[in-house]
Amino acid sequence: MLTKRIIPCLDVDHGRVVKGKKFQNIQDVANPVELGRYYSEQGADELVFYDITATYEDRDIFINIVEKVAEAIRIPFTIGGGISKVEDFRKVLMAGADKVSVNSAAVMKPQLIKEAALKFGAQCVVLSIDAKKNNHGSWDVYVKGGRENTGIDAIEWAQRGQNLGAGEICINSIDSDGVKKGFDLELNKKLSDLLTIPIIASGGAGKMQDFADVLKVGADAALAASVFHYKEILISDLKNYLHNEKIPVRRV
Amino acid sequence: MIAIVDYDVGNLKNVYTALGDVGLEGIITRDKKVLDQAEAIILPGVGAFSDAMENLRKFDLIDTLNANVKKGKILLGICLGMQLLFDKSYEDGEFSGLSYIPGEIVKFTAPNIKIPHMGWNNLIINRESPLVKNIGTEDYVYFVHSYYANPVDFNDVIAYAEYSVKVPGIVQRGNVIGMQFHPEKSSTVGLQLLKNFKEILS
Repeated sequence: MLTKRIIPCLDVDHGRVVKGKKFQNIQDVANPVELGRYYSEQGADELVFYDITATYEDRDIFINIVEKVAEAIRIPFTIGGGISKVEDFRKVLMAGADKVSVNSAAVMKPQLIKEAALKFGAQCVVLSIDAKKNNHGSWDVYVKGGRENTGIDAIEWAQRGQNLGAGEICINSIDSDGVKKGFDLELNKKLSDLLTIPIIASGGAGKMQDFADVLKVGADAALAASVFHYKEILISDLKNYLHNEKIPVRRV
Repeated sequence: MIAIVDYDVGNLKNVYTALGDVGLEGIITRDKKVLDQAEAIILPGVGAFSDAMENLRKFDLIDTLNANVKKGKILLGICLGMQLLFDKSYEDGEFSGLSYIPGEIVKFTAPNIKIPHMGWNNLIINRESPLVKNIGTEDYVYFVHSYYANPVDFNDVIAYAEYSVKVPGIVQRGNVIGMQFHPEKSSTVGLQLLKNFKEILS
């Protein structure tokens, strides 16, 4: 039986893993390769590395880390952050990444999804969406690290992304991110019901039950950062908990 | 030495690294002489079926693969590389494959399943083989694909996963082997499978 996935996310800046709360107040945590290996041994199903470095020179440091991660771990991993053209996809895939996550650049140029899917296969194109609830009961797509509202409807954008060839949608709820009050169940349920590609829920994990809740409404995977980095939740404990909740998971 | 066929279908380094984990020396190549001399050949691949076949043609590798398979050399296809071993695929049209294993590559059609079949699924043994030594039903491997193999003879399937249908995970017909999932990305279970692969070479 296909299992639900637990995905630790590592934000990388200048070669180190950091974690922001509501995208601000970023603090240093650890070495990405070591942390990646640790999570892999704990039973993480995939890893996501987001490059949050701002400058072009630092991109090379990041590519070097992608190569080191690929050498050190034997589970799939996704690279995101700063991906704006097909050439960026090629660079990180050739460095050993399995998937590439694209966010703001795809909003500006939706054809990027199609081009990348045709060139490298839909399976490696993850459309990442930062969504925030508006006053009308729907969700808007935000770009530039959650700073700018595009006014685009998040659900329509997810559907369009699927039609353009994305293999997966990662939906990050800005309202929930970093506040540890649970994932946005309503948004995740709507997307899971509507789309035929897998959904990764992101933003809001605080306790083990939060994971069970979002996986039960239909998300195929749940992504989190700080609860894992600060060892508030061990992935092995989480897998046992989810198993007891009758959610299919892979336990190591 | 194990030849990993380089035909422009994505990164092959991960396969190379995983071979190293089990003490196998890989070489990423499209040199026909190297393929002829190799102890075994691995055909990896991600992307679209028709593009992959087109690239095999472009690099003039099909005759070399055919000749090596005919003389009994072990060929292991991984992911899309496994799908190429079959007669044809219906991915975005109808395209001929290498025809080492009778059968077709078809799309998942069940309603209410997510496509691609993406993530960790467990292997169910269909028939005993040294390839699945020390592999049990609680052992999960990493799949990512939208089309699956539908072999003429299900006895060519060594292990499968359940996803609306029985999805062939490991297939074998004589010296031709295929793995639909990624052993190089399947943690310790993937390593065990590559160890098993190593043992059948000796």
